[in-house]
Amino acid sequence: MSAPSPLVEVRGLTKHFGGGGLFGGSKVVRAVDDVTFTIRRGQVVGLVGESGSGKTTVGRTILRLIDPTGGKVVYDGTDIAGLSASALRPWRKRMQYIFQDPYASLSQRMTVGDILSEGLDIQGVGTRAERLDRAAMALDAVELPREALARYPHEFSGGQRQRIGIARALTLEPEFIVADEPVSALDVSIQAQIVNLLRDLQARTGQTMLLISHDLSVIEFLADTVVVLYLGRVMEAGPSEAVYTAPRHPYTQALLSAVPSTVPGEKRQRTVLKGDIPSPLSPPSGCVFRTRCPIATAECAGTVPALQGVGTDHQAACLKL
Amino acid sequence: MSVALHSRAPAFRETPTGRALGRFLGNRPAVAGFVVLAVLVGTILLGPTLLGLSPNAIDLLALNKPPSAKHWLGTDGVGRDVFARLLEGGRISLSVAIGAVSISLVIGFLMGALAAFGGKLVDAVIMRIVDLAMTLPPIVLLLVLASITGPGIGPTILVIALLSWPILARLARARLLELRERDFVLAARNMGAGTWHLVLRHGLPNTLDVLVVYATLQIANAVLLEAGLSFLGLGVPPPDASWGNMLNGARSVLVLEQFPWQWLTPGAALVVTVMATNFVGDGLRDAFDPRSDIG
Repeated sequence: MSAPSPLVEVRGLTKHFGGGGLFGGSKVVRAVDDVTFTIRRGQVVGLVGESGSGKTTVGRTILRLIDPTGGKVVYDGTDIAGLSASALRPWRKRMQYIFQDPYASLSQRMTVGDILSEGLDIQGVGTRAERLDRAAMALDAVELPREALARYPHEFSGGQRQRIGIARALTLEPEFIVADEPVSALDVSIQAQIVNLLRDLQARTGQTMLLISHDLSVIEFLADTVVVLYLGRVMEAGPSEAVYTAPRHPYTQALLSAVPSTVPGEKRQRTVLKGDIPSPLSPPSGCVFRTRCPIATAECAGTVPALQGVGTDHQAACLKL
Repeated sequence: MSVALHSRAPAFRETPTGRALGRFLGNRPAVAGFVVLAVLVGTILLGPTLLGLSPNAIDLLALNKPPSAKHWLGTDGVGRDVFARLLEGGRISLSVAIGAVSISLVIGFLMGALAAFGGKLVDAVIMRIVDLAMTLPPIVLLLVLASITGPGIGPTILVIALLSWPILARLARARLLELRERDFVLAARNMGAGTWHLVLRHGLPNTLDVLVVYATLQIANAVLLEAGLSFLGLGVPPPDASWGNMLNGARSVLVLEQFPWQWLTPGAALVVTVMATNFVGDGLRDAFDPRSDIG
């Protein structure tokens, strides 16, 4: 079986915030630095990392909600990183975003019907009746009653709002969805529902998805491929199974050792990381992870490790491999 | 407090606007102001037809006559009915105020939107223009503008509008800048929304509360500005009546001492209108502020 063709190829994606202020001296935040990975058609790629690792910035930059500082985003053969806003518009309906916060992401002054048909309206799809029809179908897909169309977001609970947010991403029938922490703002009991809903939707439509989360179990459950991000750089990337069973990078190993075991009585060797993630204002020289790495040596401060193959489609960036 | 308010206010649909309306109706001065304004506007609109007296009709047999059965509020120095002129003056004063504020709303919102969505350079240029307009002393600006355009109803509207838009532009810009980064606006951008869509579908509804409150308070201000301009002879020129030029026509000591009905009535109308409008404006401001429920 040959691997499906790539849909999104992220090449050397870089995003720096700040710098060049009016009075000079403002420091540059290296949110994303030289990130490269590939999302194949129909795949779910999980992007993991702790807070401040640049996960959201990567997701938003791919969709051009943020303009990249450098690098390419090759979408279905075209580099969309450099396209103008108007040239980008036809691409917009092929890719959609699911937001983390189900409260901030829905306008409280619009009915659910208006929220769901907004994308179709912007893209000039169909008449108003047809658009509402598609909005109703999107509600069916996320298992909400059609009566919701005439109501306002504040009449719904957090989980229901997140379903509305997912429905909004579905109305344009995109082939690619970036889901940014889609469950982390929700109750644990609701999280499971939404995770199952996302899995069912993905299985039914075959959509390609970039799933951003700090929750390793959510990623393990949904993703085919995992990309581990630390301080805006890729530490390890590979098929979920390989990464979860045989992590190669010390950071991934530490992350996985922190996941509670589901097997009663099992003892794991815990690798506890010291300290916090360093400031992206002044990332460590060489390997950015060296300040917290249990196996770091002097040479790690001098050389930036490149991603190197450690198995089929499996890569890690560490000098100690 | 919140419980008492809810039992007093009718149960509106629980939309943001519905809740604001409930809060407004729970505010007594604001409701009183609204009733006074409604009566005033009603009288101004219907009065002339019911009264059947022209504001410019001259009754040579009644010069400077005190209130009587025929002339309810007396007559002025050339025998015109003060009540008819009061109604006509109210019509013109309020039209000038509403017209000026409407124009400044449009200019202010568009400039604010342009500043918020037009990029750093456009923002900087517009904001410097606003700063400039706000640092000039308003009376001087008003006089200079008025002497360029000359007196008349149209120019008066324009002059007041040009004086009022900068603060509105600031308010709109501040609100829109915050809005621009909100998730639901990002969602719209991600679906391919252009600036127009963002400004009209998301910007306007979410800025409306600020605009309505400011516009209401500004109407009171505009009525006063018009009166001031007309008093100085730069606003609405005679023989058209406005509350300002009625006051102007009554400024001699003789009139002040002997014929108080000629200046008391437009003055009182001015005070009542401005106060009522300000009460309504304050009420609207509190109503649109979600925190006022806690109090």
